[in-house]
Amino acid sequence: MAQAMFSFAQSHEIDTPPPVAPRRGYWRTVQRRLRGDYVTLFFLSIILLLVLAAILAPLIAPFDPDKTSMLYRLKPIGYRHFLLGTDELGRDMLSRLIYGGRMSLMMGLVPVVLATCIGGFFGVVAGFLGGWVNMLIMRVTDIFYAFPSVLLAVAISGTMGGGVANGLLALTLVFIPSLCRVTEAATTQIRSRDFVDAARVSGASSLSIIFYHMLRNIMGPVLIYASSLISVSILLASGLSFLGLGVEPPTADWGLMLSTLRQSIYVQPLVCALPGAAIFIASLSFNLVSDGLRQAMDIKA
Amino acid sequence: MWLYAARRVLLAAPIALGVTIICFGLIYLAPGDPLESLLPPEATQADIAYLKKVYGFDKPIPVQYLKWVTRASVGDFGKSIQTNRPVLGEVTLALSHTLVIAVGAMLIAFPLALALGTLAAFHLGRPPDRIATIASVVGVSVPNYWLGIVLIIVFAVELGILPSSGMGPDGSAGFDLTQWSQLRYAVLPVLTTALVPLGIIMRSTRAAVAEILSQDFMLTLRAKGLARATIVQHALRNALPQVLPVMGLQFGYLVGGSILTETIFTWPGTGFLLSKAILTRDIPMLQGALLILALLFVIINLAVDLLQTALDPRVKRG
Repeated sequence: MAQAMFSFAQSHEIDTPPPVAPRRGYWRTVQRRLRGDYVTLFFLSIILLLVLAAILAPLIAPFDPDKTSMLYRLKPIGYRHFLLGTDELGRDMLSRLIYGGRMSLMMGLVPVVLATCIGGFFGVVAGFLGGWVNMLIMRVTDIFYAFPSVLLAVAISGTMGGGVANGLLALTLVFIPSLCRVTEAATTQIRSRDFVDAARVSGASSLSIIFYHMLRNIMGPVLIYASSLISVSILLASGLSFLGLGVEPPTADWGLMLSTLRQSIYVQPLVCALPGAAIFIASLSFNLVSDGLRQAMDIKA
Repeated sequence: MWLYAARRVLLAAPIALGVTIICFGLIYLAPGDPLESLLPPEATQADIAYLKKVYGFDKPIPVQYLKWVTRASVGDFGKSIQTNRPVLGEVTLALSHTLVIAVGAMLIAFPLALALGTLAAFHLGRPPDRIATIASVVGVSVPNYWLGIVLIIVFAVELGILPSSGMGPDGSAGFDLTQWSQLRYAVLPVLTTALVPLGIIMRSTRAAVAEILSQDFMLTLRAKGLARATIVQHALRNALPQVLPVMGLQFGYLVGGSILTETIFTWPGTGFLLSKAILTRDIPMLQGALLILALLFVIINLAVDLLQTALDPRVKRG
């Protein structure tokens, strides 16, 4: 009998995916739910359009975004060949908005990706090891939680002297604690589940438990949470540029454009509101897609 | 309850300590000497040494930190390099201006969010819910610095019925909330700041009330034939402890994170003070203002946490 059990344990690959990992039907269900969700699909296509426009900017922008013209300053929407008018230096708004998307979307996405990797790493370590390591990591994140995010982002990037790199760094630092917290909560919850114990008693190493059994279970909630931060990151990044702490002129960036055009609201109010509208559309789209994904993946909290 | 309160307060102490370290250490993130950028290029070595001594930058960093913390703990944050006035006085004055906007926004956003969120939860999936959900997602997604500009364009530029910026002709000293001629300056900043908390609180109210409504005791209340108003009252009372922390957090953001709106409306609050301190590299001001705001944020969250425990005895806290 003992002999039989022993051979059973040996014949079984320990590192095969556990039965609790997403069933094959899961992603199909998610897909099916998404296909019926026209709101999410619509805003997803807007995001794709924005990203495509940013990537293909040199091909689709009608004019050079940096070409100034003293003759055509602050022209209204639809003036001659300037589809969306011109800014205070006579640069074509449409071209600048297309190019500005590059900076603004990059500043929105990169900090979230970086923070997910770094915060996720610390979260998994804290949740998996528990004990004093958990204590140490989570208390440090508590301290960063004591700052309102706008305040922390402005303070960090401001004291470091502004600029794109410092802005990215500041935003990443702002997002790390919350991602760490979400990952830690998910990891701690999964760690106490029976299948993890089962994997451990069958001799799986810590690393294979983390990679095969836990990561795929915490991935969903963490990624959904991270996706909801993209919109926040876009708002904050443009806010930094708006304050003069992010992208530097003459680079096209939605936040920066909004800030410089602010002086001209008495001349061309509609044109001046355009960069903000772009920020709003991008942030709204990311928000709604994140919500749609969360619903389709049936993740609460 | 009292034991829990004492424990929570004790737990907040190390956080406060960590906050002081971050506020102090932040300026050393920047490359180079913190004083360097302040001095004109023609400053002599003697000038630099003198200034360093005056502001205490000649001591080793841990010594500077200890001195700063001990002074700060009795309310002495040093003097602003720019204005040469005590930091504490400047921050409290700015804070009183920020509170005008924060409290105003709170008074508009919180009740409205509770009402609309509850309305949405009672009509899940039907038009009121759809509208409230769209409104809340718009509220969360809109860049409030842009909203401020749009409001200025509509109400100050096009209609010309509200002032676009500042605190009124007499400045902050003569600001009087009871006078409409002064109060009108606060209208646009308050509306701008109110939208984000409105969206977020509406969202969590909707979720909390909807969850309560799905529970059996609500069915009992309905079966008993209670009036709709009473049912709403029961639902809200039970959902409130869940919404409260969200409200507290939002109020904290209103007090501490208003840099962008205050910049747009040139409202002389803490955010405005802070961005000025950053641009002029006014180190004592930056450290002091940051510390006061962060500690305030910690205290608000602590108070909300305790209030939540008091409101909801079911929450067992160890």
